[in-house]
Amino acid sequence: MKAGSNLEKVLEAGHFAVTAEIGPPKSANPEVVRHHARMLKGYADAFNLTDNQTAIVRLSSLASAVICLQEGVEPVMQMTCRDKNRIALQSDLLGASALGIKNVLCLTGDHQTFGNEKGAKNVYDIDSIQELLIFRKMRDEKRICGGEELEEAPKVFLGAAENPFADPFEFRVIRLAKKVNAGADFIQTQAIYDMERFEKWMEGVRERGLDKRVHILAGVIPLKSVGAARYMKNKVSGMIVPDSIIDRMKRAKDPKAEGVKICIEQIEYLKTVKGVHGVHIMAIAWEEIVPEIVRQAGLYPRPTV
Amino acid sequence: MIIAEQKPLKEIIRNLEGHKKILVAGCRSCVAICLAGGEKEVGIVAESLKLYSDMHGRIWEVDEITVERQCEKEWVKEIKKIVLGKDAILSMACGVGAQVMQETYPDIRVVPGLNTSNMGAPEEQGVWREKCAGCGDCVLHLTGGICPIARCSKSLLNGPCGGSQNGRCEVNPETTPCAWDQIYHSLKKLGKLELMEEIIPPKNWITSHSGGPRRIVKQEAILTSEEKAVKGGME
Repeated sequence: MKAGSNLEKVLEAGHFAVTAEIGPPKSANPEVVRHHARMLKGYADAFNLTDNQTAIVRLSSLASAVICLQEGVEPVMQMTCRDKNRIALQSDLLGASALGIKNVLCLTGDHQTFGNEKGAKNVYDIDSIQELLIFRKMRDEKRICGGEELEEAPKVFLGAAENPFADPFEFRVIRLAKKVNAGADFIQTQAIYDMERFEKWMEGVRERGLDKRVHILAGVIPLKSVGAARYMKNKVSGMIVPDSIIDRMKRAKDPKAEGVKICIEQIEYLKTVKGVHGVHIMAIAWEEIVPEIVRQAGLYPRPTV
Repeated sequence: MIIAEQKPLKEIIRNLEGHKKILVAGCRSCVAICLAGGEKEVGIVAESLKLYSDMHGRIWEVDEITVERQCEKEWVKEIKKIVLGKDAILSMACGVGAQVMQETYPDIRVVPGLNTSNMGAPEEQGVWREKCAGCGDCVLHLTGGICPIARCSKSLLNGPCGGSQNGRCEVNPETTPCAWDQIYHSLKKLGKLELMEEIIPPKNWITSHSGGPRRIVKQEAILTSEEKAVKGGME
């Protein structure tokens, strides 16, 4: 065991893991996170606290993760390289570990021009692969990036994201390999709608034996409306939403119910893909739907390990 | 070369407020090539300022000059006769040129006429693109001759982020190619794709601006005090 987190135990025991996302609010109100943590408790093995996602100023992922801990819910703290240099990132990792956070997701971060502080000076001192490299060194070698020894190492299960749908496609498996070699223990993928392309990516992943070295959690986003589907197809870079999904949402009498249905079908299918070790549910601003999805997908109750 | 573009005339006029005798000074180097501060642009700006001055009760006396290189004192010193007596120089050079102008003529206010943007190259007529961020530790041998520091919006060193699609950068898909997509295709052509599998470790930014203003010293090129005295006498 690297950190002994619940997520690590579930994955190591060979269970099909479930993680879900909790979006911190655009305010100082802790109740939003507290409310979602209470509501979602027991429906996933760990919950991602996003780090100023899409470069929008929000309650920090560290603070949100601590609120989850207070509610008895296991956090996955997201840490992007956009806003902090290696000094701040390493310091936050030590702080997170000291506060009992055992899962961390290393991300490059959305560019600041997408958010509500477009004029910000970005940092990008390191990229997500280098972040993994540094955090693993801190955990396994008890040394910071610069080489100085730590009196006590942080205990963290290290995650990273991968997008099988970005280009150049041929490089996406190599990029995953780089993340695994840099120290990723688990991977959460971008939301999958194009199953064919995902399967092709997974083939490459299995060919390299990466599925044996890292736990892959396939990402899903339940759709609320046809507008949301279209938005993701047209406006969110690195996402492929096939027209068949858009048509289904368009024809649906109850789009929300149809969105849930599609999501459950996707999870059922992902369970059968060799090398996929779990799902990551990103119900963006629709956290309330997660229990229903987890139940209907036959993933409830979550295993006790 | 250094790429710059002219400041809006309104801003230039505002920044010249309170002055009387103005010299518009251009540069025949980089900014002439990127059509921002060469002889022609100096002429246009000077004429515009004269026109503005005439319309407002002849508030300014405007002269113009273009030097070979504003970034070198030797060239800047040559216009001493024209500069003396002016109370403002509108420098139509890059930020370096404008600063050298100010250092050479510390009693006269230098006002920038351009916004200096980047180190780049012409892509086609009328289009210039940034190519180098001057980070002081070149990695082009690892990246197929394409700089990820300057040309990737996130300065990534280990491949494209999740936003690279159809060879375009998510930050400005219409105008910006994904640098890592270009690197991938360049390395493929060069038969060096294996370089993309290597993890490039965290960069040492001390050679970039993070280490403070930079200075390069070439000891063998520095003049001795005797040589300096001779050179001074010749000037």
